[in-house]
Amino acid sequence: MDLDVSWGEVHALLGENGAGKSTLMNVVYGLVRPDSGEIMVDGNRVEIGSPLDAIRLGIGMVHQHFMLIPPLTVAENIILGQEGEFARGLIDVERAGAAVRKLSSDYGLAVDPRAKVEGLSVGVQQRVEILKALYKGARILILDEPTAVLTPQEVEGLFRIVRSLTDEGKAVIFITHKLAEVMAVADRITVMRQGKVVDTRKPAEASLAELARMMVGRPVLLRVERKPARPGAALLRVEGLVVHDDRRQVAVDGVDLAVRAGEIVGVAGVEGNGQDELVEAIVGLRRLQAGRVVFDDRDVSRKSTRERLHAGISYIPADRHRLGIVLELPVSDNLVLDHYGQPPFARWVVRQLKAVRTYAQRLIKAFDIRAAGPDQLVSALSGGNQQKVVVARELSTKPRVLIAAQPTRGVDVGSIEFIHQQIVSQRDAGLAVLLVSSELDEVLSLADRVAVMYRGRIVSVLEGEQIERERIGLLMAGVA
Amino acid sequence: MSRRWRQLLISAVVVPLASVVAGFLVGALAILVTGSDPIQAYSALFAGAFTNHNAAAETLVSSIPYVFLGLGVALGFRAGLFNIGAEGQFYVGALAGVFVAFSVHRLPGIVEVPLALLVGMAGGFFWAGIAGVLKATTGAHEVITTIMLNYISFLLASFLVNTKGLLLAPNVSTPRTPDVDPAAVLVTLIPGSRLHAGLLLALIAVPIVWFLIERTTIGFRIRAVGFNIDAARTAGISVRRTIVITMGLSGALAGLAGIVQVLGVNKHMTDTVAAGYGFDAIAVALLARSNPWGVLPAALLFGALRNGASFMQLETQVSSDLISIIQASVIVFVAAPVIVRWLLRLREAPVQTLQITQREEVETTS
Repeated sequence: MDLDVSWGEVHALLGENGAGKSTLMNVVYGLVRPDSGEIMVDGNRVEIGSPLDAIRLGIGMVHQHFMLIPPLTVAENIILGQEGEFARGLIDVERAGAAVRKLSSDYGLAVDPRAKVEGLSVGVQQRVEILKALYKGARILILDEPTAVLTPQEVEGLFRIVRSLTDEGKAVIFITHKLAEVMAVADRITVMRQGKVVDTRKPAEASLAELARMMVGRPVLLRVERKPARPGAALLRVEGLVVHDDRRQVAVDGVDLAVRAGEIVGVAGVEGNGQDELVEAIVGLRRLQAGRVVFDDRDVSRKSTRERLHAGISYIPADRHRLGIVLELPVSDNLVLDHYGQPPFARWVVRQLKAVRTYAQRLIKAFDIRAAGPDQLVSALSGGNQQKVVVARELSTKPRVLIAAQPTRGVDVGSIEFIHQQIVSQRDAGLAVLLVSSELDEVLSLADRVAVMYRGRIVSVLEGEQIERERIGLLMAGVA
Repeated sequence: MSRRWRQLLISAVVVPLASVVAGFLVGALAILVTGSDPIQAYSALFAGAFTNHNAAAETLVSSIPYVFLGLGVALGFRAGLFNIGAEGQFYVGALAGVFVAFSVHRLPGIVEVPLALLVGMAGGFFWAGIAGVLKATTGAHEVITTIMLNYISFLLASFLVNTKGLLLAPNVSTPRTPDVDPAAVLVTLIPGSRLHAGLLLALIAVPIVWFLIERTTIGFRIRAVGFNIDAARTAGISVRRTIVITMGLSGALAGLAGIVQVLGVNKHMTDTVAAGYGFDAIAVALLARSNPWGVLPAALLFGALRNGASFMQLETQVSSDLISIIQASVIVFVAAPVIVRWLLRLREAPVQTLQITQREEVETTS
């Protein structure tokens, strides 16, 4: 594949998960070696064998997951790797701080050099990452899915920063799978699919639908078809819930919430505002400090995760690789991961592999999981298909409540569509769904009611006409 | 599919085999450096292990505890648990079992043997279970706790076996327990040799442990916890219970090794009965790639090395400690398959963990 980026341009790299965007950028940043082909900077052929080479050539990368050291200050993080320039034995904090302050005022990126990174909001942390790259002399800045963790308002701020960088003549490569963003920020858009460049366009020359089609390779529905909800009785209630995070700080601070049969309640919020802890408390993976979880009018606060799952609560965890699947096990085992010991999958303690395989074959077909067969290792599947394995497992046990956390994160557009349809059709059949997503679009297109979470509290529950992007965005930022 | 089988063949057979060869080459180097002839030494080692009078039977005798212990350590590995305490569990199993075996009388062997074996296993289960409970409740790492429990069990065995009124047999020159009841002795398979029925038990244990791991719900939990502890917990598997049970079963197999050794070979117990078997077993399990079937050849290799070493020393003056060099290098090569793959010019299929991190990187960032 070929790609060219000009100075002073924002070049968006658009593609689904697994399209090869990150691999390409890892090649440019020296993390992966190319099998063939060459990289040129300023018309000169260059060898990039390591990130050090990349930095020397003025290539900087801001990873999706920040590479910052939380207990250190902003200045310490920024000079990391070049701390020798400020040290003769001890680091000269004053001089380092001054250098950082100069840099941040040069680019209009306000940060306090003395603040500890762990106390900063995600948006500011990202600013620190950008400053870090600039400090190392980056002229070409690669931003990998930079908006994934930002509020809509923070996204605006980021776009302004990107603009000011290109005004300085720097080149920015903006990796994303979000269509709207590329239209807003990019000078040119290169769409990738299956490791190949489909096309490069200017935003003015392309429509959203067209870009989506180029990404997926076929026309896609951007909105989910769904009838109005006809909710029944409340199946899941949390009352006065208080939960700590791993550092024993209050993460969920007195949450009351009810989900009725046949409705989807979306929990919107910037990541890290207690959503993960709320969900884990509901399924019994995290201890309650106060309050209770009520399922079908029974208090299940003291029940184990297994008991809750078997009682009819299904759970799609946010972090698929860490929590949702066991990569080293075959698709079939993953499809029965939480019911492996139930008949017909086991008789006494002996697993009935034939029954497991038959069941798996059925689910593979019903959920259109692209796998060679039930015996294939789930690690060999694409991200979208791995997620379908999780969704298939959780929706096929006749659940009454579904807790879906980021159910389509890192999933290709085609699979998103499919997963959304599955969730909606089960809702129509009476399933109570609690949908937690940091993708506002997902919440907007699926939820019948939207609860906005900010700093461990549900700050507002919106219904019907009240569900508006702007309003939710402000609530997510804790402004309204 | 065929590619997957090829990968499996390479990782389960070719790499371990090549590691063994490489280990012997390193050993040869060490022999050369000390001024002896490696070919002579290895010939003597082979003769001592297989072709001398009764050597093959003796090799099997040495291999029997390795099978049980190797299975035990491998079982722990499958749940991600590093049981370094097999040696100590061997002692506790032997102690518990031998007490039964010399206390009971006038029962038929068909009752006494299984009884002693079960009590031996229970002893091992209990001893390793302590480490399991500590890990499950406090998070104390099993490597630390099993090492500590090893010391306790060595000294406990020593105390019991050396103390009048406890397990010390009256009127013996070296401290040991009384002889076990004749009915509790494991029968000899080949007259004139020491090869005992423990071999059959070992051969039965392998498929049982395989079945346990691959076909039962307990084994499924063990593997799920070993592969991905967080996903297992999320799926409602009780990680704590799984840790305790896995440690216990691992210890039960080590305890079984202990009591089989007592009933089959020594017929009584001394405070040196484990003789390092339990530590070697970690290497056996590593070489077997934690696969129960792999434990058989690995145990045979270690049995042969142990058995042939003294004849080699007698014949060629090459110290029997050379065996440790061979064992250690084999393990280094097994643990670093990248080296072996490179030596054999096998196509890249990097270490599992490396694959995972790369995959995650791609998944999460694209």
